[in-house]
Amino acid sequence: MAEMKGKAWKFGDDIDTDVIIPARYLSTSEPEELAKYCMVDADPHFFNKVNKGDIMVARKNFGCGSSREHAPLSIKAAGVSCVIADSFARIFYRNSINIGLPILECADAAEKISQGDTVFVDLKKGVIKNETTGETFYASPFPEFMQEIIDAGGLIDYVKKKLIEEK
Amino acid sequence: MGMTVVEKILANHGEKETVEPGELVKARVDLILGNDITAPVAIREFKKIGIKKVFDPERVVLVPDHFTPNKDIASAEQAKIMKEFAREQEITNYFEVGRMGIEHALLPERGLTLPGEIIIGADSHTCTYGALGALATGIGSTDMAAAMALGETWFKVPSTIKFVYRGELNQWVSGKDLILFTIGEIGVDGALYQAMEFTGPVIRKLSMDSRLTMSNMAIEAGAKAGIIEPDEITYAYLEGRAQRNYRGMFSDGDAGYSQIIEYDVGEIEPQVAFPHLPENSRGIKDVGEVPLDQVVIGSCTNGRLEDLRIAARILEGKKVHPRVRLIVIPGTQKIYQQALKEGLIDIFIEAEGAVSTPTCGPCLGGHMGVLAKGERSLATTNRNFVGRMGHPESEVYLCNPAVAAASAVTGQISSPEEVS
Ligand code: SF4
Repeated sequence: MAEMKGKAWKFGDDIDTDVIIPARYLSTSEPEELAKYCMVDADPHFFNKVNKGDIMVARKNFGCGSSREHAPLSIKAAGVSCVIADSFARIFYRNSINIGLPILECADAAEKISQGDTVFVDLKKGVIKNETTGETFYASPFPEFMQEIIDAGGLIDYVKKKLIEEK
Repeated sequence: MGMTVVEKILANHGEKETVEPGELVKARVDLILGNDITAPVAIREFKKIGIKKVFDPERVVLVPDHFTPNKDIASAEQAKIMKEFAREQEITNYFEVGRMGIEHALLPERGLTLPGEIIIGADSHTCTYGALGALATGIGSTDMAAAMALGETWFKVPSTIKFVYRGELNQWVSGKDLILFTIGEIGVDGALYQAMEFTGPVIRKLSMDSRLTMSNMAIEAGAKAGIIEPDEITYAYLEGRAQRNYRGMFSDGDAGYSQIIEYDVGEIEPQVAFPHLPENSRGIKDVGEVPLDQVVIGSCTNGRLEDLRIAARILEGKKVHPRVRLIVIPGTQKIYQQALKEGLIDIFIEAEGAVSTPTCGPCLGGHMGVLAKGERSLATTNRNFVGRMGHPESEVYLCNPAVAAASAVTGQISSPEEVS
C-alpha cells in the first residue's frame, strides 16, 4: 500500500507516548485493545470518530517519551494509514517503521494541512496532496526497502518473507 | 561536499558512494548486543521469525549484567532465557557471571568494538563505542531480533554536530566533566537525532577511558552517536586486543556539519549534575552544601581502571564519612583483578568502602545500593532521573570519580582539593 487517502486529524507539538497510549492501558499488547485508547487523553472519542485510512497530522517531536512499541501499534490498529509531522522522536520513528506504520516528515504539510482536510499521500514519490485546498507538498520519498517493511506489515514479517525468498 | 565520519561509515556499510543526512539506508552491522533486560524480548521476537540460526554467532554478544548475579527469581528466569539461547545458537560471546562485566566496559576491553564498524545494541548506552571510532547506537528489541536474523538493519543518516575542545585541562577535570559541561550547554535534547563528533587537541590527548566516558553520555544529549576519530591512542589500546580486522574512518576536511561548537576547557571545573537531569550541571565551586547518604563509584560511565586509580589516590589513608555508604563497583572482572594487584581494592576497604563484583546494580536502582525515600546519592553514573537509583523521592547527583571519592570522605559534595 503505497498510496492512501483520508481525512486529516490534526495535533500539536511534542505529542508524547503517554498521550498516544497512556501507561494505564499497557497491560495488553493486543493491537485491537490498544486501538480503543489511542489518543484518549487528547480526544476521548478519537477511536470512534476516526475512519479507516485517515491520516494523522502533527507538529514537531511526535512520539517523544518512552520506547513503547504500543504507541505506533495503537495508531495503526485504530485505522490510521499514515502520520505526517514536522519531526518524530527517534525511537518512535524506528518503532513505527518496524511495526509497519508509514510516517512522513514534512514541516510544510504539517503546518498547512487543517483538521478535516482530505489528504492524499504517495509514499513512493513522497508526495502529499491536500485535496481540500489543492496544495501539494513534497517529503523525502520512502526508500524501496522501507516500503517493503510497511507492505509486509512490519519488520518481523518482512524478515520472514525475505528469508523465505532467499531459500 | 565531503562526508563526516558517521556518514562515511553508513555509506560504506550500505554499499553506497555517498549518503546525506535525512536519507534512509539499509546497512550491514558488525556486532549486535543485548543484555538481560532486552535480549529475552528480542529472543522471543527472533523465534517468531521462524529461522533456526542467527546470521553469525560470533557477531551476537549477550551480556547478563543489569540484575546479575541474579538478584531474584524473576531476573534469574530472564538470565536463563539468554543462557539457553546462547548455548543453542553457539554464541561464543556470552559472558556468564565470573567472566562478565558491565556490557559497555566489557566489549571494548575484549576488543569486540572496532573503528569504522557499525555496532547496534538493545541498550541506549551502546553509543559508548563511538570512543573507538565506531558508529554505535541503541535500538529496540524488535530491531535486535531482525538484525540477529539478517545481519543488517536500517538507519536514518543523522546530521553531525562537531565539538572542538581546546586549551589546558584543569586539575581533576576528566572526560566526565567535559561531557557533563557539554550537556549542560546544549541540553538533554541538544543533539536529538544527530551525531556528536568530539574533536580538537584536548580530545587527541585524552585517555581511552576518558573518551569512553564521553561517548557513553552522548545519548544524554539525545544523540544517536558520540564518535571520536581513531588515532595513536586508539591503535595502542587495540594492540593485541582487536578481535577482527578493521579500517578506521575519518571526516573529510570539507564535510558538512549542522553546527560547530568550540569550548576552551580552561574554563571548565569539575562538574556536578543536580537532580533530575544530566543537563543540570554546574562547576564544583557553585554546588553549595549537599550532604550525602551514599556514594557510588562504578557503572559503564566511570567503572574503569583510570577511574578506580583516581578514586584510590584520593581515598588512600582516609576514612569514609560515618554517615556515608561508599560502594565501589569495578566495571569488569579484569578491571577488578588489576585493581586488586595495584592495591586499589585494599585502599577502598581500608577506607571502609564496600567493593562489589561487576554489575549495573545501583545505576538503574536494581540492587547493590538502592536508595530509600529522601536519601541522596552522589554517583559516577550517567543518569539522575527521578527514582533512577531507588525511591521516587530519592536524589542522584552525577560527577567524576575524584569528586565522588572526596565527597565520600567529607560526607557532602566536595572538591578533591578539600581532601588532598
Ligand atoms: S551501568 Fe547503568 S547505564 Fe550502564 S548499562 Fe548498566 S544500567 Fe545502563
